[in-house]
Amino acid sequence: MKYILMMNTMKAGQGVLSWPKKDLQAHIGFMMGLNKELHGRGELVSAEGLSFPDQAKLIRAGKDGQPVTDGIFPESKEFLAGFWIIDVDSPQRAYEIAAKVSAAPGPGGAPLNMPIEVRPVMSGPPPDML
Amino acid sequence: MTNKWDATSEHLLRGLAPQVLGAVARRFRDFSSAEDAVQEAMIAAFTQWPQQGVPENPRGWLIQVASRRMTDHLRSEIARRERETAVAAETENLTSLLVVEADMDPDDTLILLFMCCHPALSPSSAIALTLRAVGGLTTAEIANAFLVPEATMAQRISRAKQTIKNSGVPFRLPSPHERTGRLPAVLHVLYLIFSEGYTSSIGSHLQRFDLACEAIRLTRNTKKLLPDNPEVAGLLALMLLTDARRAARTTPDEELIPLDNQDRTLWDRSEISEGIELLRDALSKGSVGLYQLQAAIAAVHDEAESVEDTDWPQILALYELLKRVAPSPMVTLNLAIAAAMVHGPARGLELLRALDRDPRIAGHYRLDAVRAHFFEKMGDHEAAIKHYRIAAARTTSMPERNYLLTQAARLAGDYLPNGRLPGSSPETDS
Repeated sequence: MKYILMMNTMKAGQGVLSWPKKDLQAHIGFMMGLNKELHGRGELVSAEGLSFPDQAKLIRAGKDGQPVTDGIFPESKEFLAGFWIIDVDSPQRAYEIAAKVSAAPGPGGAPLNMPIEVRPVMSGPPPDML
Repeated sequence: MTNKWDATSEHLLRGLAPQVLGAVARRFRDFSSAEDAVQEAMIAAFTQWPQQGVPENPRGWLIQVASRRMTDHLRSEIARRERETAVAAETENLTSLLVVEADMDPDDTLILLFMCCHPALSPSSAIALTLRAVGGLTTAEIANAFLVPEATMAQRISRAKQTIKNSGVPFRLPSPHERTGRLPAVLHVLYLIFSEGYTSSIGSHLQRFDLACEAIRLTRNTKKLLPDNPEVAGLLALMLLTDARRAARTTPDEELIPLDNQDRTLWDRSEISEGIELLRDALSKGSVGLYQLQAAIAAVHDEAESVEDTDWPQILALYELLKRVAPSPMVTLNLAIAAAMVHGPARGLELLRALDRDPRIAGHYRLDAVRAHFFEKMGDHEAAIKHYRIAAARTTSMPERNYLLTQAARLAGDYLPNGRLPGSSPETDS
């Protein structure tokens, strides 16, 4: 079963910009190590980090179907910072990986305990179950 | 001398994979590296044979290529160790390690099957390894079938082999006693390969390797190796009797068509008669198991001209038996469906109530989907709509969600483009 793990960070979490070098490196090293581990276990489908919200635009189709841009507004509290798609044998395993992501090291090396949203990826029709 | 590559060549090649692997693994006493070497030989054959023709002795060709890869591998291992220890201890004459056909053992495929379906492996690892080592599929084909990157699948397979290595299983056939204990795990893996193929038949099926066909081929081979086991025959019968409905199961737009609404003229008669034949033979052996019972249920459906003509009392009786042989909440659920067909939806609802307290299924979308269906039959549309919607929110299957939402919308009086008959439910093989 495939799951998506979404890492939503507080906009204030942009504090990452001002982390000391040592903490930043530890954080990046942790993320890279985690991806390597998931790949090594044959569980990683894909992992992407997203650009900061500065690059984000909110688009709607205008009357003529042309894109109309009207945001992102600075008051949005949370944004998606990155996601993983994993293929694992049980939801428990997906939660275990999510907990690991959540505890990524932050300033001073303390775990961030970020909220990680876990959702099953929709599949084809279910098997004829027993 | 070569023969032309044609439609049967691919099957021939895949069938040789486990035989070649068995011979190479036995000679070099290294399953894991031998498996890699055979995979390379298979890829070489898949690239060269379609152009250059199938060699006169295809098995000999594969053995030769694989064992050459093995000797290369050993040479570099020795060189590495020499570099590390500066001691030229390995003096073995590598040419004597070339595998000859005499190294073959007719039991090899069976040995590999038991090895790949080792209980220490997770289902997904066992499936991947079985498809590669026994099925002769390439890593790319397996990755494509499961929609994961090839590198991820390669890692999954090499980890599985490491697990087997650590477990210290020798490369030999388990004793008859051990075999009895481990056969259910083997059959379960084959069954999972089939249902994966069956469930993924919607969507991007054009790019996906046909796992259902592959599972049928592997199960056929297993039946040749264990001809007297009624459960192996039962599993093969179940696959054929289910696969027979494949063409009727979806619309051209790949929408799901429930069993009640399928055009039964599209069912594959030859698969049905082969399945029934197999099942009759298996049942005559007198040891009825889980797969034979499921196949028997599938056979009752396949033999009916329509839903109304279906012998529901017999299906109900078969589910009662199945509940005794292999109790599970899904069996109880299907039993409730059969009971509703025989005794009316109120009886069905009553049986479902027991499942609400079972943590293995309480909150499962299928419980709500079936309940919705029963309420609809009783004429309680409000309750039916409610449960169709709960089920739609809970399922993780896209075609199923579309189907359930459409059911709710139909009852709510919304426009229904494909005009489904009322009272239809998703195919459950109940």
